[in-house]
Amino acid sequence: MKPPAVGYARAGDVQEAVGLLAEHGTDSKVLAGGQSLVPLLSFRLARPSVLVDVNPIGDLAYIREDDGALVIGATTRQRDVELSPVVAEAVPMLPEALRHVGHVTNRNRGTVGGSVAHADSAAELPTVVTCLGGEIVVEGPRGRRTIAAEDYFTGTFTTATEYDELLTAVRFPRLPAGTGVAVEELARRHGDFAIVAAFAAVHLGPDGTVDLVRLGLSGVDSVPRRLHEAEAALLGTRPTAEAITAAAATAPNTIRPSSDVHAPAGYRREMAELLIRRAITTASERSEVTT
Amino acid sequence: MSDVQVSDKRTVSVTINGHVYTAEVAPRVTLADFLRKECGLTGTHLGCEHGVCGACTIMLDGRTARACLMLAVQVDGCTITTVEGLARNGELNPLQQAFWDNHGLQCGFCTSGMLMCATEFLEQNPKPTGEEVREAISGNLCRCTGYASIVKSVLDAADRMAADEGAR
Repeated sequence: MKPPAVGYARAGDVQEAVGLLAEHGTDSKVLAGGQSLVPLLSFRLARPSVLVDVNPIGDLAYIREDDGALVIGATTRQRDVELSPVVAEAVPMLPEALRHVGHVTNRNRGTVGGSVAHADSAAELPTVVTCLGGEIVVEGPRGRRTIAAEDYFTGTFTTATEYDELLTAVRFPRLPAGTGVAVEELARRHGDFAIVAAFAAVHLGPDGTVDLVRLGLSGVDSVPRRLHEAEAALLGTRPTAEAITAAAATAPNTIRPSSDVHAPAGYRREMAELLIRRAITTASERSEVTT
Repeated sequence: MSDVQVSDKRTVSVTINGHVYTAEVAPRVTLADFLRKECGLTGTHLGCEHGVCGACTIMLDGRTARACLMLAVQVDGCTITTVEGLARNGELNPLQQAFWDNHGLQCGFCTSGMLMCATEFLEQNPKPTGEEVREAISGNLCRCTGYASIVKSVLDAADRMAADEGAR
């Protein structure tokens, strides 16, 4: 349970990090908060020859608003995002989701960019950025790319980032004032990995019908999933128990859960429907009609 | 070619409990092993070595961190408090005393992590409920107490610290 011998380099800026990644190729690994990578090293599941530490890049720790989006720098600590009033106002789903990410001690070190780049489909942040229709910004020797979240996550622990690119920021679309959000998570203990987690944001128009809805699930597929069918079923309706039940009932057919030691696929399917139904219900109750 | 040096050894200078420790370490050495073996601070315990048990929790620049999830080379220039830094002049602090008085430990293995975790928690939430304490320590495993006496200890510590604050 000790990390293997490994080289270590501190990147002072994005250019240095990209230079190191380009030079060492797939033998290198970016070290951010270390909450996933260091255990992988200790288990010898990851054996890079060089760790590129991006923690010294102070420019990548920020929270700012830009053109209707909340932009969070890659090395921003999850705990800072959770406690930020700017975030709570612009994207209230983030603090709600972050309370389920490990424990405070993990979130003190864990970064937003690290969680997204690690691309664990049971994790919370990848699903938040996916269901809200956010974007991932990466930089490499060929310049900067902005990738839609649904194109970014390509498979289990796999993303559209090339080996010589660094995730530098995550962009979350701002949710309109009055949007209700809810996160429902099934885990063995608080802070454990989600067996299934459901995410909902609901905004009601002046007539009390749904005019914006974003729904997502973690732990039910090889990638974080946005529930387009369920969203379409709810849009324009009043969020009654019947409408919510009907929308949630579309979820099991659009996911591909796998069976593992934690839960069989059929159980995940049932929990996906149940938890998204609860999340939509709570988000609807929390939404305020704005005029 | 990148002009940034990839090193197999690095000099680390870090302030721990008010003392500066300087040593050459390989990147593979975790902060937990560095504290125990290079600095002789064996109060920080290592249970699972992969970030699950919380026994190695320390305070890094004012926030808790798991010392098994950090590399020693990352803490150059940082300020750390370990469990050895809690008592003052051989006298237990109110949190430690509350653990003692409420049987908040049996074997003591999880205690240093519990204390560091509760230190940060009580700073941020000085008047917690039992449920909040349970959630706060949910990342720290104890196999002796069943947690009840630990929760009691933390709640008692909160009362003592509030009383100290009031007396001042």
